[in-house]
Amino acid sequence: MNRRVVITGMGVLAPGGTGTKAFWKLLTEGRTATRRISLFDPSPFRSQVAAEIDFDGAEHGLKPQETRRMDRATQLAVVATREAMTDSGLEDREFDPHRTGVTVGSAVGATMGLEQEYRVVSNDGDSWLVDHEYAVPHLYNHLVPSSIATEVAWSVGAEGAAAVVSAGCTSGLDSVGYACDLIREGTTDVMIAGATDAPISPITSACFDAIKATTPRNDDPEHASRPFDGTRSGFVLGEGAAMFVLEDLESARRRGATVYAEIAGYASRCNAFHMTGLRADGREMAEAVRIALNEGGLDPTDIDYVNAHGSGTKQNDRHETAAFKRSLGEHAYRVPVSSIKSMVGHSLGAIGSVEIAASALAIDNDVVPPTANLHEPDPECDLDYVPLTAREQRTRAVLTVGSGFGGFQSAMVLTGADRRSS
Amino acid sequence: MSAPVVITGVGVTAPNGLGTRDYWSATLEGRSGIDVVSRFDPEQYPSRLAGEVPGFEPTEHLPRKLIPQTDHMTRLALVAADWAIADAGVVPEELSEFDMGVVTASSSGGFEFGHRELQNLCAKGNEYVSAYQSFAWFYAVNTGQISIRNGMRGPSGVVVSDQAGGLDAVAQARRQIRKGVELVVSGGVDGSICPWGWVAQMAGGRLSPVNDAERAYLPFDSEAAGHVPGEGGAILLVEDREAARRRGADDVYAEVAGYGATLDPPPGSGREPGLRRAVELALRDASVGPDEVDAVFADAAAVPELDRVEAEVITELFGEYGVPVTAPKTMTGRLYSGAAALDLVAAVLAIRDGVVPPTVNVSGAPEYALDLVVGSPRAADLGTAMVLARGQGGFNSAMIVRRPD
Amino acid sequence: MSGQEITIDDLKRVLTEAAGVEDGVEIGSDSLDTEFEELGYDSLALLEVAGRIQREYGVELDDDTATSARTPRLLLSAVNGG
Repeated sequence: MNRRVVITGMGVLAPGGTGTKAFWKLLTEGRTATRRISLFDPSPFRSQVAAEIDFDGAEHGLKPQETRRMDRATQLAVVATREAMTDSGLEDREFDPHRTGVTVGSAVGATMGLEQEYRVVSNDGDSWLVDHEYAVPHLYNHLVPSSIATEVAWSVGAEGAAAVVSAGCTSGLDSVGYACDLIREGTTDVMIAGATDAPISPITSACFDAIKATTPRNDDPEHASRPFDGTRSGFVLGEGAAMFVLEDLESARRRGATVYAEIAGYASRCNAFHMTGLRADGREMAEAVRIALNEGGLDPTDIDYVNAHGSGTKQNDRHETAAFKRSLGEHAYRVPVSSIKSMVGHSLGAIGSVEIAASALAIDNDVVPPTANLHEPDPECDLDYVPLTAREQRTRAVLTVGSGFGGFQSAMVLTGADRRSS
Repeated sequence: MSAPVVITGVGVTAPNGLGTRDYWSATLEGRSGIDVVSRFDPEQYPSRLAGEVPGFEPTEHLPRKLIPQTDHMTRLALVAADWAIADAGVVPEELSEFDMGVVTASSSGGFEFGHRELQNLCAKGNEYVSAYQSFAWFYAVNTGQISIRNGMRGPSGVVVSDQAGGLDAVAQARRQIRKGVELVVSGGVDGSICPWGWVAQMAGGRLSPVNDAERAYLPFDSEAAGHVPGEGGAILLVEDREAARRRGADDVYAEVAGYGATLDPPPGSGREPGLRRAVELALRDASVGPDEVDAVFADAAAVPELDRVEAEVITELFGEYGVPVTAPKTMTGRLYSGAAALDLVAAVLAIRDGVVPPTVNVSGAPEYALDLVVGSPRAADLGTAMVLARGQGGFNSAMIVRRPD
Repeated sequence: MSGQEITIDDLKRVLTEAAGVEDGVEIGSDSLDTEFEELGYDSLALLEVAGRIQREYGVELDDDTATSARTPRLLLSAVNGG
């Protein structure tokens, strides 16, 4: 089969406002949602800043038993899924449950729920032999994060192939890439695909502190995420979820669905170098970009906008700049490149899907979101990073990339659905 | 259609045998690796049995500097990968780095590592959390470490679907090969046998409360009361048949011929569970009829309701007593994402040797009408075998492997 | 700075606990000027080492010192306030 996969529905829960509209408004206004951590007392930590969502599952219609058994990451995914389903206009009776699958990307699964429950069964770390009498019945769902895929599937009635895809911080791209493969090979017709992570918890903050990956810019939380800026000092931890309804183009057209964008190409490569380190030359990311473009039948010069990983760590932003030059050639200097992590932080496994949403919205609106807080570019980051202000421009093809611990490098190309003839 | 995707190498770290040879001889002899937990004192817990990998001394196999940054299950996975690669005769340096990928399954990551760091966090303070916590516990760790150790830079990733994951990872490996990669290191090695993992597993409600090693895990038996968990699993070298030939590997274990995956409907929906559809999809994908399947390696949940569903699917599609069914995992316990990967190894070795390994300790309950291979192995000319795997949360996967042409 | 001077033997122990020892590598006064990279320690290992030194000896190293000290001598000198 040679099916083309399109996004027909979208649900985004990102810092700074829930729902796709609020998300896009934040991005296009160039506002930041980073702040001092409120989910726990951050005072003992090196990095005390995060991009949090003001989220209460009950306000989004989750029942008491759902909010009890679901970790925050699961709740975000389920609520984002509902928005995506409504947005897609895909009514219950219109899709075949057996031909509808689910993939959810997540780097750290139910890490918040696990930490909370650990504190109880261990009595705050008193004993290695934790007490099972204090374990909650849904603890198993936190242990194995495939429970997120189950909850998403059951919330919409999908009974096709389902899985959580976990590849560190590229999970959100890889999950959607995996879903596209299932539609293209004919295994499913519809995929509920996307990603979620809710990692803002002491254990996550502590481990990123230990490797000095997150920023210590605690006195200026709103401007703490500074991708490509010379003063950047690490990423800002975030949380979020973005879920999509993906369909093959023909059936989407048949039912008259609104199409945001086509997923034209995707590839992932691994640097096989270091669990946390990156090689300066960006070779593997460049290879992923090359293959993704190839799969989409696009030349580098077709790309109108690059949605960067742009985490704001010293090594990432240089690595990535090198990868763009390597894969796009001279076009790298002409195409606008921006990092929305400057505004919504880095939600680990979720961010790839959140950035797919931003890329699709850029196509849908012909607007490129900016890189906030970019005042003095790092001399080694010498591309057009769209500082501070969004840019209206015709946007037909977008490249979005991700880079993650484990050495994962992924790239995806989205196009306006009318970009290619059928 | 593209060239067949084949399994050219296997590496095993199982509770009843470290290394493929030990595992397979123990399995054919019906030797179990289930015993009282030794990795911690299980006295205070209702369930106290596990399948632990015996005789594993990591520094005999791995550089010492990998030890502080790895969980126990990652060390097992790295060694299983080394063995699978060697078994296939693959020398990674001689192949194109972007043509080799790594796709493994995970269920709970490096949970014991995470347990230790949570204790450091809570008992001592946040500055006591290890720098390695940033990756040593997460789900993608085995794939990342295997790719680094072997210089594999192709498409890589991790699938999490509870106990179905071992098959889903191999299916994803096959997908990557069909898209043009030459080989993928796949399968799953798992384990969360630490007190924190133990308590979380018990919360799932499926651990057997029986603490007699021979009576604890009895799938398809009238005394079925849940399972015994284990650690370990298998790594498989999955390869494009033509690419394998080009590098001179004519001898392959089996072809990955068919696969299907589904999710059960929500509990209480009244809709049919998804296992039958997974099997049907796998049969269709392999273009084989039920009569061509020579053995079924069952999921064998040992939860009566789940056993019934699986037995019904098998008898409805293959007939009552219509196909030999076995569950060698009765000798290892259920290994989470390692379970189905290990069953896949058992299936390809069964095809190679013309023998169905036994299910131990079980006398099949007559109402299931299964031709359960119990007690001792059964010689059989096996051309095609099917592996079934189910994960908590409704995951169903089926994979068909067959003797190479 | 606490009064206690950290020696190469202390550092060897911390290195070993934090990041193991590569086969064939012996850390001692002979390796004071051998680069960490050559001894088999990458920047991540040195961050883990820095964390342990901070916990055990109460010496806080600033962000760059931990990973920019290229040899045991330079790291010891930074830790001991040299």
